[in-house]
Amino acid sequence: MTAPLFALADCNNFYASCERLFNPALAGRPLIVLSNNDGCVVARSNEAKALGIGMGIPFFQARKLVERHRVAVFSSNYSLYGDISRRVMAVLAGLCPDMEIYSIDEAFLRLDRLPHEPLALAREMRDRVRHWTGIPISIGLAPTKTLAKLANLIAKKSGEGVFQIERPERLHGLLARLPVKEVWGIGRRSAERLQALGIETVEQLRRADPRQIRRHLSVIGERILCELNGTPCLDLEETQSNRQILCSKSFGQRVTTLAPILEAVSNYAARAGERLRRQRLCCGHIHVFLQTGHHDARVYSNALSQGFPTPTSDSRQLIRVAKGLAQRLFLEGYRYQKVGVILMDLAESRRIQDDLFTPRNDNPRLMQALDAINARLGADEVFFAAQGVQRPWRMQSGYRSPRYTTCWNELARVS
Amino acid sequence: MPRGGKRAGAGRPPGQGKFGEPTRPIRVPVSMLEAVYGFVERRHHALPLYGSKVSAGFPSPADDYLEGTLDLNEHLVKHPAATFFVRVSGDSMLNAGIHPGDILVVDRSLTPVSGRIVIAALDGELTVKRFDQRNGRTRLLAENPAYAPIEIQDGNELHIWGVVTNVIHPV
Repeated sequence: MTAPLFALADCNNFYASCERLFNPALAGRPLIVLSNNDGCVVARSNEAKALGIGMGIPFFQARKLVERHRVAVFSSNYSLYGDISRRVMAVLAGLCPDMEIYSIDEAFLRLDRLPHEPLALAREMRDRVRHWTGIPISIGLAPTKTLAKLANLIAKKSGEGVFQIERPERLHGLLARLPVKEVWGIGRRSAERLQALGIETVEQLRRADPRQIRRHLSVIGERILCELNGTPCLDLEETQSNRQILCSKSFGQRVTTLAPILEAVSNYAARAGERLRRQRLCCGHIHVFLQTGHHDARVYSNALSQGFPTPTSDSRQLIRVAKGLAQRLFLEGYRYQKVGVILMDLAESRRIQDDLFTPRNDNPRLMQALDAINARLGADEVFFAAQGVQRPWRMQSGYRSPRYTTCWNELARVS
Repeated sequence: MPRGGKRAGAGRPPGQGKFGEPTRPIRVPVSMLEAVYGFVERRHHALPLYGSKVSAGFPSPADDYLEGTLDLNEHLVKHPAATFFVRVSGDSMLNAGIHPGDILVVDRSLTPVSGRIVIAALDGELTVKRFDQRNGRTRLLAENPAYAPIEIQDGNELHIWGVVTNVIHPV
């Protein structure tokens, strides 16, 4: 077997790039994308980064800079980002099927099992993704995934967009300038612990004593060290079949009464049910959580789970149980920020075993009809009364761009 | 062991020969031997199977075409990852059969060649025009005499966004 060669392909400022795709007037202009509910800055174009708009800061803190520099502001448009992501991944897989989709804008690839020269292939990937989808990407190549992540970081700064780390020991100058927090798997807390040991740069970590690292950061830290030195400990992971389905959003404004919470939780249960059925899965457990903001004057956060006698994918069952759980979670006197539904214990529908003593209340044909109507006429053409009609609790996305690629009414206009 | 007669289990088991099923000998006129050999051999090639009974009249003319349904995506979208739809506003391309409100199929993977209809990003706007590149000059041509050709100067920011492959026009 040849030595592994990993590539990490990562879209540059992905959300910002998606917003620019159909709106070329935004080229060169600073641009930010806000989180759900327009709360925080979750993506920035290079120009916005240069203005000093920090990642993750609340929108109101960025407001002055936004006004002064005419920064373009967008609410997150996940319909658009999801579709563009799917296209980017399809183009990459067309050139190298040995792929693990790691996040909405990143994929690990193994280039060693292909006959092509790796750097040339990586450049072809970068060019083709740019040409076909309009999204700029950077690619880092290295013998381990951890080093490929670092190579990607260097590729992003290099301007060329492709960088290979062949031997980490030859790069000590570069690695000595990178802080440890840039290493994949080193979070803020680990970085602090390493700092206490006098380890501040990637190069220092690479040369650290494995036993010491193991003592302070467990085997995971030792594995990172190994990978930093070019010994692969991680391979591509099979694309995970989702082990749970989460559906949750913040309310538009804080909510203090039960009725809107029940409507919202019914909506999330229905939405989660749709996703469940699309993947031909059933769930055995439903988990509902309800919480105030973390920094509120009165903080409350609680969750309850309930199992189904036989696994189900019927929205009516999911809604009934989710409402029951939310009702039990609700306490008067708090200002709630968020409610959510998590479906767990997922299994393929065709593998479900019936319980002799509990009649099944599922109605798969009704659900099929419901999904078919909504697929043809648009989401929520038919919905359950429990989901509510006006939905005043819905989150704000005051600056959302059109869903250019997923909605016939919102196509880009060309003159 | 008795002499002569039938020996149970001897010989090739039925169905194991080249026909894959039991066979039996028959008498055939010598003049027809070739025809019968030919007929038996041909059985190994796929023979057309008709869905209607020939004796009941003409075969259905559709029998040759039992292929499943046509998928318009297959016809209009050659590169799914690179294909986008956009909506036309304005009448600058009327004479090319592109009307206001039409949907254009745009393939970004194609190389813009002079003479093709493209989506261009010109000075921050998306526009549909015919791409014209000759004698060192680049122009975007409308297909409507009411619109003058757009000459691309040094100060213009032009970028060909994608190549139009089809118009979807309701009639």
